[in-house]
This record gives sequence, structure tokens and C-alpha cells, in this order.
Amino acid sequence: MAFGNLLNSPADTYLTRSRSVWATLHLDPLLLLMLLLLMGSGLFVLYSGADRNIEVVKAQGIRFGVALIVMFVFAQLDPAVFRRWAPWLYVAGMIGLVAVLLVGVGAKGAQRWLAIPGLPRFQPSELMKLVVPMMAAWYLSRHYLPPRLTHVALGLLIVLVPMALIVQQPDLGTSLLVGMAGIFVVFFAGISWKLIATFFALVSVSAPMMWFFVMRDYQKQRVLTLLDPQSDPLGAGWNIIQSKTAIGSGGMDGKGWLQGTQSHLEFLPESHTDFIVAVLAEEFGFVGIMLLMVLYFLIILRCLYIAMMAQNTFSRLLAGALSMTFFIYVFVNVGMVSGLLPVVGVPLPLISYGGTSGVTLMAAFGVLMSIHTHRRMITA
Amino acid sequence: MAWGEFKNTAAERRLFQRRALVMLVLVLLTMLGLLARMYQLQIVEHDIYTTLSDKNRVQVQSVPPPRGLVYDRSNHLLAENRPVFSLALVPERVEGMDATLARLSDILDLDEGDVERFQRRLQERRRPFQEIPLSYDLSEEEIARLAVHRHEFPGVEVRAELVRYYPHSELTAHALGYVGRINREELQRIDPVNYAGTNYIGKSGIERFYEQVLHGTVGYQHVETNARGRILRVLERVNPVPGEDLQLHLDLRLQRKAHELLAGQRGAIIAIEPDTGGILALASVPSFDANKFVTGISVDDYRSLSTDIDKPLFNRALRGQYPPGSTIKPMMAIAALDSGVTDRERRIWDPGYFQLREGGRRFRNWNRSGDGWVDLKTSMARSNDVYFYTVGVEMGVGVMSEYLAHFGFGEDATLDVSGALSGLLPSADWKRGARNEPWYPGDSVNMSIGQGFFLSTPLQLATATALVANRGEWVEPRLLKDIRGDRPVEAFLPETTHEPLKLENPDDWEYVVDTMVEVMHGARGTARAAGQGASYRMAGKTGTAQVFSLGQDEEYDEEQIRERLRDHALFVGFAPSDNPKIAVAVIVENGGGGSSTAAPVARALFDAWLEEFPAMDEPSVISQVNAEEAR
Repeated sequence: MAFGNLLNSPADTYLTRSRSVWATLHLDPLLLLMLLLLMGSGLFVLYSGADRNIEVVKAQGIRFGVALIVMFVFAQLDPAVFRRWAPWLYVAGMIGLVAVLLVGVGAKGAQRWLAIPGLPRFQPSELMKLVVPMMAAWYLSRHYLPPRLTHVALGLLIVLVPMALIVQQPDLGTSLLVGMAGIFVVFFAGISWKLIATFFALVSVSAPMMWFFVMRDYQKQRVLTLLDPQSDPLGAGWNIIQSKTAIGSGGMDGKGWLQGTQSHLEFLPESHTDFIVAVLAEEFGFVGIMLLMVLYFLIILRCLYIAMMAQNTFSRLLAGALSMTFFIYVFVNVGMVSGLLPVVGVPLPLISYGGTSGVTLMAAFGVLMSIHTHRRMITA
Repeated sequence: MAWGEFKNTAAERRLFQRRALVMLVLVLLTMLGLLARMYQLQIVEHDIYTTLSDKNRVQVQSVPPPRGLVYDRSNHLLAENRPVFSLALVPERVEGMDATLARLSDILDLDEGDVERFQRRLQERRRPFQEIPLSYDLSEEEIARLAVHRHEFPGVEVRAELVRYYPHSELTAHALGYVGRINREELQRIDPVNYAGTNYIGKSGIERFYEQVLHGTVGYQHVETNARGRILRVLERVNPVPGEDLQLHLDLRLQRKAHELLAGQRGAIIAIEPDTGGILALASVPSFDANKFVTGISVDDYRSLSTDIDKPLFNRALRGQYPPGSTIKPMMAIAALDSGVTDRERRIWDPGYFQLREGGRRFRNWNRSGDGWVDLKTSMARSNDVYFYTVGVEMGVGVMSEYLAHFGFGEDATLDVSGALSGLLPSADWKRGARNEPWYPGDSVNMSIGQGFFLSTPLQLATATALVANRGEWVEPRLLKDIRGDRPVEAFLPETTHEPLKLENPDDWEYVVDTMVEVMHGARGTARAAGQGASYRMAGKTGTAQVFSLGQDEEYDEEQIRERLRDHALFVGFAPSDNPKIAVAVIVENGGGGSSTAAPVARALFDAWLEEFPAMDEPSVISQVNAEEAR
């Protein structure tokens, strides 16, 4: 097996000396190494995407530091703690989401933040990216798997209610990530393929209904613009045209670091946040993109391996869902920037500038490391 | 140990691992898919995107469409576009915005409002490299001064822009309306893409009503620029679709004539072509210079216009609501005949006044000594009030309102005249609702001669007169005659909604027209002086409306007040009486008597339309024929 060495990290072999160091720290060195590599190259690209603004890079570096500390703290907690706390965190998160709708603050017509005096401002929806899969895993792991239909229905309800609340803010990107995190739990729990097929059949039938009755005008506009950006070259099509131009003009090996004309002449919008992968593609070409994709794939591979090795159902479901959430980040962001998916506000994980999602992501990796390093000998 | 562990069977673990493997395959395939997409963009289509980006910095510029022109019925230009030079800044290229603005205001005459507006626009969301206008209508001297300092102002551009210009500004201001700068509310309403690069929008009149037709569709071009933003060449251009040109029914010569006839007075004239409903002249005097409003009128100019006692901004023809006075009598005559309360033979004794009951209030005839026995024809010719008091009370408010509504009173019956008011057609219900009082017979007496609560605009009077001229056939008043495109004019006008007014005895139309001819040509007609010596027969009706109050105009001197308390002079009529080509309504505010002041104005319009203008046109027709024969 090609990834044999990769999978057999020191934490897995009980009798090596290094194991004791990493196991004591409750860290997974292989995953940590890959994450540091990703964050390092992220800062590198960010310097160019932010048009050589070193302040932006410093701010991001500080965020990464905080995120690493958060990861470390989460890794120290036993998975059983997450399981015990899951229902309470879920209730608190739901209260937070309702509070956001009632008294939240925000900008550009969206209420996403909660400002409690004495505490830093935070987004309850961001927290739910972790709490919703925890809650779903807690609920489904209480029963025999594969789950019965009623358990599936309740499990989905656990996911859909917070998702609906987040859509109301409105924040389509986050609600999508939260929803996917929860739905992956249900999938991993072993929901029958028949049910999944029925679901997709229902989706394909209800898609036209969504178009006419549920989607808002600006959301429809995004889909239409995706299908034909040239139809609106001055308005919404601008982002897609410019990002495709940035990517396409990068070619095989790119224009070179800091040499991207699209981003440095400000043609590319959001060049240091959601559209940063276009900067990477323009300056490092297809080679750079390929390396990035390989790195992302290896991280996901390692995470899924951790999930498979987990010792109980709760841990497995949670770890699997968190791994797949990370994948969804990558897929939605790269798909959007390359013009395959409509524009949804999802950052490129650990590379896009911006604080909250990076911290949440690293917290999720902390959970994964916790699952991997808190092992009980008796099950061996 | 937690409860979950007991059922943690190997089966559950295997199930999860199968699922995880499925997901892993899905992840792998999806990521390969993303890579394939990147391969397509970066390798397969690399050349396309390279031309768009590498070295050639592509910009998309909007190309505003030229606004459609407006012509009168004989192709005189009424609204055109002229180049005006304006100053715009590209914020991305400006080095030090505050310093640049300060230095610009040193060498240019910058308006404070302009700078404020610019600062606001600077805060709003916009496309990168989109320029923001700072100052409009630079003088040639300013352009020259700017040219000298050109190199000191990176990102500052002088742009030539086409701006609306009205060559006959004062004559057409009330008929055409005008365009002006797009304000903040309009900015919310318009399509931002189609108006990218456009700074003006129709504010009133035709310019507002046909805004969509006149504006056209925006074009855009992809331009290649160097690092400093200079355009090197146009890569791809989608031309704008110019706004469509409009031709109006309006006749510039008649419009000018109307203004001349009212010069120095306050009043309004509406002339309608009865065959089409086309408005030939729409004059409200005094008028104003619409060009001042296009690029933004100065505060002082606006104040002097809006506080002028003569109210030049007020469109009397469409929005002036006056008691119609005796000009309502032709319509009342139709109502009285058709409802059967009177006939052609009936005679009524006029002692000089009318009483609802013996010893009651005396409603006076204008001729205090009385006209003796009068029939309908004499009453029309002499404008006898007692006859109409009598039939008015006999009809009652219900019948009168019903007939008058058929004539278009109490509604805006126009198709494309923006801002026309509806006047007030009173009814018993209206009075109960508005005044909380019952309708008294005395109210009917007043209404029968167009006084009391009844209010009408000059345009409504002209419309009703055109209906009489057409013997009951409805033609809604309209300005648009033709669109200079392939589409028929009907595609742009709203649908007509009025049914013809059918009488029990259609011959009553001819009879009432005869009584109106009697007004102009009869031995005792009130307007016989105005009708004298005409080569054609005309039909008309004079009117005099009492002025009740002056309002809050206390600061004016006595002379002015006395002048403004005089009656309004009115006239409605059409000519020729047997084949009407023109129907008019004339009002001269405080002009005194309708027969002495308003009727001669209408006569002059009839003469111009039926004799002078055709005579002027004829030589050109003959020369055309000659030219064709010569070929």
C-alpha cells in the first residue's frame, strides 16, 4: 500500500519511544506537519494576494497562533468529554443562533455576530460547525447502527433546524457547511443506500420548486451568472470572469510569486479572502494547484484514517464528519473560484484571510487528534 | 465506561469503514475533477485567458447610449443632445485624494455640492477602475487651465458627454418636461447596468413618460490598457442601442403662436386634433428655461423661479384646476337634451334671475335686466344662465355628473401626458364624503353653469370640446405621434379605454354644434366679434370664471391684488364646425370676459392652423412637385 508509512504514524505503534512524547502531548505529528505546511504556504500566497501588505500577513499569523493553541487545547480533552457535553453545547448553540436573529449585529444586510458585553464578538453559527456533528453523532451512537428510520429522521432534524436558522441570517455558506457536517454523520452512521437514492431523487424533483419558491433573487442571479458570466459582464459576472482569467492565464507554471497582474492590478476581487486560490493559480500555475490539491488530499486521507481507527461509534462518526467538512470547504471554494459552482461565501481553508473559520477548523483538527490519542488499551 | 461501548460491535466498525472508503473514493474523484477543471482553464484554454490578462490588462467599460431625440409633427427638433465637458476621477489612479481635490478646487470653479456628492459616491460600492464624475459642464477656459496642469493630476480625466438640450426651451418646457441628474431615489429604482455611464434621467413630461424608449440600451467594450490606465485598443465592443426618436403631435409653429398670444399674461392653451386626439399645442404661460434644470439649476435661480408670483414652474394646462364657467354649457346642453329635461322648442322666461322657490335666493343671470323668453339656441348664443339654472336643477346632480363623466371630467383621460390632474367632478356622494353635507339644489344651480365645486383643467376642457367636435367619438389626448423605429406607435401608448358617447337622438350633436356656431356667427352671439370675417365657420363657447380668493399673497401691492381678483377668461371651441381640424381650450387668468379676451386668442389659433400654416406649407409642396417633374 502506497500510503503505508503515512498511515502508520508513531501514535499508532504503541511500543516506540516517540509515541510516548506525541501521545503525552495528545498530538498527531503527521497531521500537524501537513497543517503547518498548509498554513505556511497560505501565508506565502497571502502576502501576494494582499498586494504585499505585511500587516495582513502578520494579523493572519497571529490568528494561526491562536488557532494552534485552540487545537492543542481541544486535543487534550477526552472524546468522552465531547460526547457528554454535546447536548448542552447544542442547546447553547441553538440559543445563540436564535439570539443572533433577534439581537445580532452585522453588516451588508446580514446578522451574524453576537456581541455580549465583556466577551469578544463571536458567531454562534461558526461554533455549530463543530457542535452539530457532535450532537448528531451523540444521538445516533446511542442506538444500534445502521439506524432505524425514526432515528434517521430525528438525526436529520438535529441538523436541519440550526441550518435553517443560519440561512435566516442570511449566511448560505456557513449553513451549507453546518448542514453537510451533520448529514455526513447520518451517512457514516449507515443510512441505507435506498434512502440516499430516494433523497437524491427528491432533490432533483424539488430543485425547480426551490428555484421558484425558495431561492431569493440574488441567489438565482448567482446561478444564472455561473451559467453565463458574459450575460452580466459589468455586474455579478465580473468576479467569475476575472477569477477564471487569473487562473487560466497562470498556465502550467504560473507568472511567478508577486507577478500576477490580475490580482496586483485589482482586477481580481476578494483576492486575499475567498478568491485567493485564483492568486495561487495565476502565480504558481497548474503545478502549484496540483501540489495544493495533493496536500489537501493527504490531510483528508489522514483524517479519514483517524476516523476508521477510532475506538467507538461516537468518535468514528464525529471524526468522519469533520474530515468531510474540511473536504467540503476545499471543494466549494475551488469549485466557485474556477466557475463550476455559484458564488457562495466559503473560504479556502487555512489559506484565505479571515479569523473565525480558521480557528474553528483547527479546533476540529484538535478534536481529531484527541480521538486519535485518547485510546483505551482494553479494546486492543 | 460509557453506555455506547457495549454495543460497539465489529459490525458497526466494518460498516463505518466501508462508508469511509466510499467517501475516500468520492473525495479522490472530486479532487481529480477539480484538477481537470484547472487543467482545462490553465492548459487547454490558457491562450484565451492569456490574451485577456497576461500583459493586456482588460477593462470593461460601459458605453452609454445616446438619448433619443424629440421632434414636432413637421420634424422640427425639440430636444437634442449636445456635447458637454465634465471632470471625472478614477480613484484607483489618484495619488492622494484629498490633496488632489484641494488642488483641483484651486484651478477650477468647483461647486461644494459637487464635491459632497463625489465624496458620497466614493464610499459606495462600485467596480474597480470605474470613474466617478466630479464636476459637470466645464467652461472652455477651465478645460484649458486643466490641460496645462494635466501631468500633475493622475487619474483625473476630462470627458465629453452628450447632454440634453432644448433649442426652444421656454416654448416647450411644459409640453416636453426635462431631464436632470439621477438622484439618490432614482438610483435605487433604475437598472444599474443599463444606466452605467448615464448621468441623466427624464424628470417630467414626455422625457419621464417615455424614459425607457428614449434611454436605449447600454453597450460595453473590453479595452486593453497599459499600466497607467491609458486605453491602447478596443478588444471587443458591443455597441449601445441608441434611444428611439420620438415624433410628437405638437406643432412648434402653433406652440409659438400660443405663447405669443398669451405673452405678458398668465394662462394656458391646449389645442387638440379631433381626428387623432393629438395635442397640437400645450402652452402654459409664463414658462421657464428647461435647459437650466438639465445640468443642475443653481439654488438662486431655483428660488427665484419657485417664489415668482406668476408661478412659471406651474403647468397650468395640465395641473391648473379652474371652475370652467359657461364653457361647460355645450356639454350641459347635450346632457339636458339627451336626458329629456328639455327640447329644442322649450322656452324659459328670464327675468334676470332664477329662484328655486318663490321669494328664495336670486341666482342672477349675467345680464341683470334679463333676456326675456329664451330657447336653448338663444341661451347658448347669449350664454343665458337662467335657462341652464332651470335645466340643471331639473336634471339634478346625478344626471349632470353622469354625463360630464362621459366627457372625461373628474379623471385623467390622457394616454401619455405625465402629471395631468383630474379636476373635480362633484356628486352628492362626494359632497357627503368630503364636506359631510348633503347636496343642496343650490349646488346644482351653481354646477349647471360650471361654478361651485366643479373644477376642470384646460386639458380636460379641450378633451371634452374635441368630443363635441367628433360628435361623441372618443379620442384620448396624446402627445406621441410616431416612434422612429420599426415598431408601431400603438406598442408604446397605453390602451384607450373610453367608449363613444351615444345619444338617443344622434342629431342632437349637430344641433348643439349649431348653437355653438351661433355663439361665433349669430347676430346675438357672445363671441360674434371674434367670429367676424372668417372664411370658415367655427363653433365655440365663451366662459367667465369668478376668482374667489387670492390665497396668502399679502405682500403684493394693491394694484396687483386688484388685477388678480378679476375674473378668469375662458373659451372652448373648434373649427371648421362641419369638419373639425382643431379643438382648443383657452384660459387667461384674470383676463376679464371670455368673449373679449379668450375668444380672440382662439380665433387667432384657428386662423393660424387653418389658413396661415397651410399657406406657408404650400410653396414647398409645389416646389417639391416641380422638382419631381423636372427629374
